[in-house]
Amino acid sequence: MTTLLHKTLSFANNRAVRWLALLVLATALLVAPFTVYPLFLMNVFCFVLFASALNLVLGYAGLLSLGHAAFFGGAAYVTAHTAKAWDWPFEIAVLAGMCFAAILGLFMGLIGIKRYGIYFAMITLALAQMIYFLAVQMPFTNGEDGIQAIPRGTLLGLIDLSDIRAMYFVVLGFVILGMLLIWRCIHSPFGHILAAIRENEPRAVSLGLDVARYKLIAFVLSATLSGLAGSLKVLSFQLAALNNVSWHLSGEVVLMTLIGGLGTFVGPIIGSTFVVALEHFLATSGLPVSLVIGIIFMACVMLFRRGVWGETKARIAAMIEKPDSDRH
Amino acid sequence: MTDLRLDVEDLHSWYGESHILHGASFHVNRGEVVTLLGRNGAGKTTMMRALMGVVRQRKGKIILDGNDLLSTPPHRVAKLGLGYVPEERGIFSSLNVAENLVLPPVVKPGGMSISDIYKLFPNLKGRDGTIGTRLSGGEQQMLAIARILRTGADFILLDEPTEGLAPVIVDDIAHALKTLKSMGLTIILVEQNTRFATGCADRHYVMEQGRIVDEFSNDMLDADMSKIDAYLGV
Amino acid sequence: MPELFGVPVVVLLGQIMLGLINGSFYAVLSLGLAIIFGMLNVINFAHGALYMMGAFITWILLSTVGINYWAALIVAPLVVGLFGVVVERLALRHLYKVDHLYSLLFTFGLALALEGLFRYIYGSAGKPYPVPEQLTGVFKLGFMILPIYRAWVIIAALLVCLLVWLVIEKTRLGAWLRAATENPSLVTAFGINVPLMVTLTYGFCVGLAGFAGVLAAPIYQVSPGMGSSLIIVVFAVVVIGGLGSVGGSILTGLSLGVIEGLTKTFYPSASTIVIFVVMAIVLIIRPAGLFGREA
Repeated sequence: MTTLLHKTLSFANNRAVRWLALLVLATALLVAPFTVYPLFLMNVFCFVLFASALNLVLGYAGLLSLGHAAFFGGAAYVTAHTAKAWDWPFEIAVLAGMCFAAILGLFMGLIGIKRYGIYFAMITLALAQMIYFLAVQMPFTNGEDGIQAIPRGTLLGLIDLSDIRAMYFVVLGFVILGMLLIWRCIHSPFGHILAAIRENEPRAVSLGLDVARYKLIAFVLSATLSGLAGSLKVLSFQLAALNNVSWHLSGEVVLMTLIGGLGTFVGPIIGSTFVVALEHFLATSGLPVSLVIGIIFMACVMLFRRGVWGETKARIAAMIEKPDSDRH
Repeated sequence: MTDLRLDVEDLHSWYGESHILHGASFHVNRGEVVTLLGRNGAGKTTMMRALMGVVRQRKGKIILDGNDLLSTPPHRVAKLGLGYVPEERGIFSSLNVAENLVLPPVVKPGGMSISDIYKLFPNLKGRDGTIGTRLSGGEQQMLAIARILRTGADFILLDEPTEGLAPVIVDDIAHALKTLKSMGLTIILVEQNTRFATGCADRHYVMEQGRIVDEFSNDMLDADMSKIDAYLGV
Repeated sequence: MPELFGVPVVVLLGQIMLGLINGSFYAVLSLGLAIIFGMLNVINFAHGALYMMGAFITWILLSTVGINYWAALIVAPLVVGLFGVVVERLALRHLYKVDHLYSLLFTFGLALALEGLFRYIYGSAGKPYPVPEQLTGVFKLGFMILPIYRAWVIIAALLVCLLVWLVIEKTRLGAWLRAATENPSLVTAFGINVPLMVTLTYGFCVGLAGFAGVLAAPIYQVSPGMGSSLIIVVFAVVVIGGLGSVGGSILTGLSLGVIEGLTKTFYPSASTIVIFVVMAIVLIIRPAGLFGREA
């Protein structure tokens, strides 16, 4: 039994098999928009990136942020406004959103990073609520109505993005770039330092690491990528609304990461896909979304804190009786 | 005739993964003062915590006056008359001296009155409003003992009462301990200070690596002193 | 009409009064949060939802069975408190051993679920609740007109805060609570049933939130979202004051309510964010909060 498992696993670890899996995935992503509703998939991609960006701070640096909607929604508003009112081209509008998220992330990080655990969570939540109230009040956001009919523009002046399939591939491309950046980041010395800080902060301090600085860098990076996700989503749906900055969204993205598995690369991908699909289903079912999400949240915390992917990996590790050293 | 109060047999105990007590057995008779001697890490403090139920991972047998302590919920142990004076003294920084003194509920009739306590420990008198942890180490130790005497507990677990105290204060504590013994209280004393221990106790147990490895009567002690010193590595 | 800084005194006093009312709610809720945090090491995100539940129970009691405000003032906190006892026993208790973040996330999920549940059953719209007839009318104070109900809310909230503070600081029960916050296993060894005390503390503090909800029902509209918007402000209050001190959280709550009221007078559009701005400034100047002990 064990040897069979070993064989299966070494098969799964085989380079060729990995490339094959990637090839299958790539084909699926290429064919998907012609079979599935593309806007749904784009929504999934944006949340995959958003949850993975949050995971960078929550899973890898051990910082619980309950304010990530501020980056996502804030960038969404900035992109929406610059694209619609100022006619900024696609790339520049997205960049503007990311810059806004980065600056906001720097500001929040500088204020909150010195406080630990739950305090950090409360601070990010409160500061994000400030952004929410600003979004309610500032004239350019149109309050409850939001910014509607946002033009997608063209990519580099070449590709017309009003075509939904063109937009699909652009979103896919940007999300893949973002995910590659996260992958690079967690497998770099920087990622290992973050993990060391999360495991044992006092030891990291005693090793002479400037812990606050590493956390801040991770936080700003996470904010920027969350902003990218928000900008892409707002241009996909051509609508910027208050729900993108509300605390519910900050909670949902934490749930996505938790359900999939904190501190794993694959976890947030599974988690966000699941939650987006669930919400898509609930929206038409008449069942109350936040009730169901809340119950799943509680169940997740009580029953499987390691998440789907974390649990799977732990089971496999236990079965082959070897400590699980590899985190992705 | 001996009147058995506490009987510990083959007691094992764990902190999470680490196995601390490895089958310790000993007993204490009514009105006796018994010491647990041993080097650091021998398991003396864990033994006290296991008796009180502060450490929950236990296996074996602990019988106090016919009650099975392993199946007694931790908040009921005190009601059987066990009074605990922990190693770190356990004086509360958010409580003043008076509040610290009356914190443990009375468990049996016959506890000392506040005025008797002040007679035994005059240093505590007039300090009611002081924050508990602002007292000197010796005074904190006295307070930790005093608050247990008030409850009527008749079986006291004293964990290293003289640790880090000046010799004058150690004498005060020794005097107090003799008073308690003369009142008929049963006491287990964990000590590193052999001179203090031999001055107060009836019998001595030596602990090593989570087991009771030897026992001496205080009367025969002069002959065995070199043996004890060897155990303690003095 | 007399003016102060270009604002009629009547308006100014009226806003300060409104600020004091908000501040009373901040005080009652942050007081409960601080005690719960001390005993359970849990940040109770559901505190706002339970406040909302208290208000809803009040409204339901009147609109379905005709039970009046005064009875609700007793019944609603009891129901909310019992609900809290069940939550602590079934769930929170099992999370004390793991990272505190999980209990925060659990109560976050609970808040989402409660809000979703009430929204599902009763809809998002606010429900008006009448001021009890004994408390209708106004005090004419000459310099301002004070609705009797508002005066009652402030007095009731302050009395409750004072009472809780007295119990904690001056009684034997309070000494047990403080001691158990510091060293629960030693307090257990002294013969006190600490787990039971923890359960009751949670139930009581959550009941306080329910009580605040009853007080709020005739002032604000009873709606599913009333708790979450409040709790986030209360979190900011708690961050400003620090969770270490019961008296501190009462004081911070009241004063931030007044600051909010004053902002409403002088610069209305900033009134929703002023507390968050104060929080940011406090964190920059004094990272541990005003009365803070770092957790």
